[in-house]
Amino acid sequence: MEYFIELFFSGLTRGSIYALIALGYTMVYGIIGLINFAHGEIYMIGAFTAFVVATVLSIYGFPLLSIVLLAGLAAAVWSASYGYTIEKIAYRPLRSAPRLSALISAIGMSIFLQNYVLLAQSSDFQPFPELIPDFHFMEPVAHIVGSSDLVILLTTALAMAALTVLIKFSRMGKAMRATAQDRTMAMLVGIDVNKVISMTFIIGSSLAAIGGMLIASHIGQINFFIGFIAGIKAFTAAVLGGIGSIPGAVLGGFVLGLTESFATGYVSSDYEDVFAFSLLVLILIFKPAGLLGREETQKV
Amino acid sequence: MSKPVLQVDGLSMDFGGIRAMCELDLEVHQGQIVALIGPNGAGKTTFFNCVTGIYNPTEGNVFLNPPDGSKAIRLNGLKPNLVTEKGMARTFQNIRLFQKMTVLENVMIGRHCRTSSYIFGAVFKTGATRREERETVEKSYRILQKVGLESAVNELAENLPYGAQRRLEIARALATEPFLLLLDEPAAGMNPQETQELDDLIKRIRDEGHSILLIEHDMKLVMSLSDKIYVVDYGRKIAEGTPQAVSSDPAVIKAYLGEDIDA
Amino acid sequence: MFSLEQLKKSLLVSLWFAFLTFPLLVIKVDPIERTVQWRWENMALVAVGSFLISLLVRLFFIHQERRRERKTVENLVERMPLMQLVLSEPRYLYPLSGAVLLCSLIFPFLFSTYQTNIMITALMYVMLGLGLNIVVGLAGLLDLGYVAFYAVGAYSYALLNYHFDLGFWMALPIGALLAALFGVLLGFPVLRLRGDYLAIVTLGFGEIIRLILENWNDFSQGPSGISNIPRPGFFGIELSLEGAILYLYYIMIAMVVFTIFVVNRLQDSRIGRAWIALREDEIACQAMGIDKRKTKLTAFALGATWAGMVGVIFAAKTTFINPASFTFLESAIILCIVVLGGMGSIFGVIVGALILILLPEYLRALSDYRMLAFGAVLVTMMIFRPQGVMANIRRSYQFKSNSEGDGR
Repeated sequence: MEYFIELFFSGLTRGSIYALIALGYTMVYGIIGLINFAHGEIYMIGAFTAFVVATVLSIYGFPLLSIVLLAGLAAAVWSASYGYTIEKIAYRPLRSAPRLSALISAIGMSIFLQNYVLLAQSSDFQPFPELIPDFHFMEPVAHIVGSSDLVILLTTALAMAALTVLIKFSRMGKAMRATAQDRTMAMLVGIDVNKVISMTFIIGSSLAAIGGMLIASHIGQINFFIGFIAGIKAFTAAVLGGIGSIPGAVLGGFVLGLTESFATGYVSSDYEDVFAFSLLVLILIFKPAGLLGREETQKV
Repeated sequence: MSKPVLQVDGLSMDFGGIRAMCELDLEVHQGQIVALIGPNGAGKTTFFNCVTGIYNPTEGNVFLNPPDGSKAIRLNGLKPNLVTEKGMARTFQNIRLFQKMTVLENVMIGRHCRTSSYIFGAVFKTGATRREERETVEKSYRILQKVGLESAVNELAENLPYGAQRRLEIARALATEPFLLLLDEPAAGMNPQETQELDDLIKRIRDEGHSILLIEHDMKLVMSLSDKIYVVDYGRKIAEGTPQAVSSDPAVIKAYLGEDIDA
Repeated sequence: MFSLEQLKKSLLVSLWFAFLTFPLLVIKVDPIERTVQWRWENMALVAVGSFLISLLVRLFFIHQERRRERKTVENLVERMPLMQLVLSEPRYLYPLSGAVLLCSLIFPFLFSTYQTNIMITALMYVMLGLGLNIVVGLAGLLDLGYVAFYAVGAYSYALLNYHFDLGFWMALPIGALLAALFGVLLGFPVLRLRGDYLAIVTLGFGEIIRLILENWNDFSQGPSGISNIPRPGFFGIELSLEGAILYLYYIMIAMVVFTIFVVNRLQDSRIGRAWIALREDEIACQAMGIDKRKTKLTAFALGATWAGMVGVIFAAKTTFINPASFTFLESAIILCIVVLGGMGSIFGVIVGALILILLPEYLRALSDYRMLAFGAVLVTMMIFRPQGVMANIRRSYQFKSNSEGDGR
């Protein structure tokens, strides 16, 4: 029973991270119909930026809380900048080109960024400092739920709430929804579509960066390749929930996280990645609209 | 009277909660030119899509009766390529040519379902394949002569002027050797001279033994060509008959022009 | 040449990139030694580099604008670039091809064994590129899991040899057939899928196959791979290393010639036209009587066959294979070759493969930047020249004025 609860919380933690990254995929797909292949790399860059900043600050003796805040801020700011730049360079010129061109460009960007980080930093696994100390009040349940898990869950919940408020109640949120529904019409009513799309990338990237930092602290190490696998899994989560749907991304993230946790806990841990890939393939073939999405009929 | 080549009974099409087409009956007899007209959004292209296999109709039946007397074919839910194989070809409202292929190749594609050479023949250039290719090229060229595009055989389809592209679509459809040709707004965007040439072309196609069902907004063309007209509005048939009967039908006038406030 | 406004904009660009790359490119931490390294020279490089590239890009767009303006003034007749002119005239093409073939035949005698070995690798990628070209270039199906068929070929030779002592020449057609079979199997589920979903699913398939090979130890011997795979036999004679490489080189030349021959025939045939129609407009293609499922499956199967054959050759060449050679990155490289060369153009794909494989070999000093360059090439090609180095020229037919007949 205890094992079950342990796996449950572990699944929630995984699911939170998947959800944070999946939001970026789903928002971008909803607004420009592109699978942002490079989003996984944004997540990885967030983790690396946090790593660099946190390590430097800790070497210079900054207190832990300020390290966490500054590293998180840095990760979000820089990832958002990368997201913004990528959209401007590699996707905006291709907005009217056939969809496959943008996808190939995204793949190229992903490969470019992976190797950029590889060359700029290192190919080895880098130890990531533990940013979340073990809280005293967590001690009685520490063997089931860690302090790190708690922080991840809380941060994710906060991020979801903030995003929902933004999308539902703010002007930018309304503009984003309008652009996602009908870009031409949005332009005609005076919405600066370019700004909206950039904002989407910025928000998605920041969320992914926070996720990157939190999970890196949780696991304890990072390397240039983590974006690829995390990206595919988060994309699976987004599709599972219904690509283009924000609540879908969150739902998909948790479903994937929990199922993965239980599958690896009770069945086998070797085939962990096969499980995610197979799930992705099956959803896209049999129910591409996902759990919360709508079936699209093609207009001829 | 012999069986109609196209017989549509009670055709209905639902998209989610929207009934785009409601219990439509339509017939096209051998050698006829039938027009389907109506205001924009009336469901005309939806009708074409249901009949040619792109959509599966929610209710009703579509039957193809080949003029050579062979068995009737129920078209409901049949894949588009099979529909074409059975003898009904179409053009598209927004031109759907194969842009990066030449004019001749676009027409040669139409011959695909009437030929059979496959991988082995292609790689080893067998006698049968060579003969088939030669025949395909010749037949395609003759069709292009018929529509007046023989001078542009090696041009890429995307480089053709608009009117020529519309004619190329018709040529491509003709290459599939249909006995029924469905034309979706063939005169859209054409100037009066081009429209007159189209008028002659369609009559020539009919004289060669094809039956034609066309969707069109150009009333002059419709009146000149049609043996029978069906009028639809909001997915329902509101009138059918000869051009003279339909043009004076009050329901038709109301649909197009709206009701007179004082009347 | 440049206005002050433009220079100012480019300066801003360079400042932005300096900011962007600051944490990762400038700072280098050693968490164990607790030291920080500040590599300011990198920032200078980025600033200057991005400034220059920004100006270059601006120059390109100005040039494009001027060309567009000139086009509307003169008539719209486009002159074919020299390369396309040469390739479309048989009287130029045949002697040129003959010369190239002759050069390639005497290549091993002019260069070292090491160079020949590199050339074998390049030729393998030419074949892979031509195979993927059928799927992506002609039929327009973005297959990101092409490496799966490559793995099928390699592992079928390795395992058939390991269990049943099957030789190279027997394994070659079997590998091809098995790969074709997998092509159909993997193609079946994706028949209904649109472009980007098709891409992701094929990527998924490729990864699943690699992961299975890595974990199913009983079948594939897992991550440690299979070794001692024999090289192709020369009438039973044992060959020295140099001899074996020479032999393999000529086998590859023959295979590439064979591939070019077959793909060329397919391109201008009934099935080739059906593929291009499928790529151009799937709905219209069906409306014209083409069975899209059969056409797609044929593309997958035929494309996979070449990957299977190259897989067998790869196993024979390196005598050792393991799942690590069959990652998504391989699929991406082959895709890069097709994209760079020009979707559907045989000559373009050959040039693309030679550029992408040989260039890094000869610029050994820059080999670390190889993958970086691949990524950049993909992005740049899509933005600036999506049709690739060579656009595919369609066959032209000659007709006499009143009667008909086909030319060439």
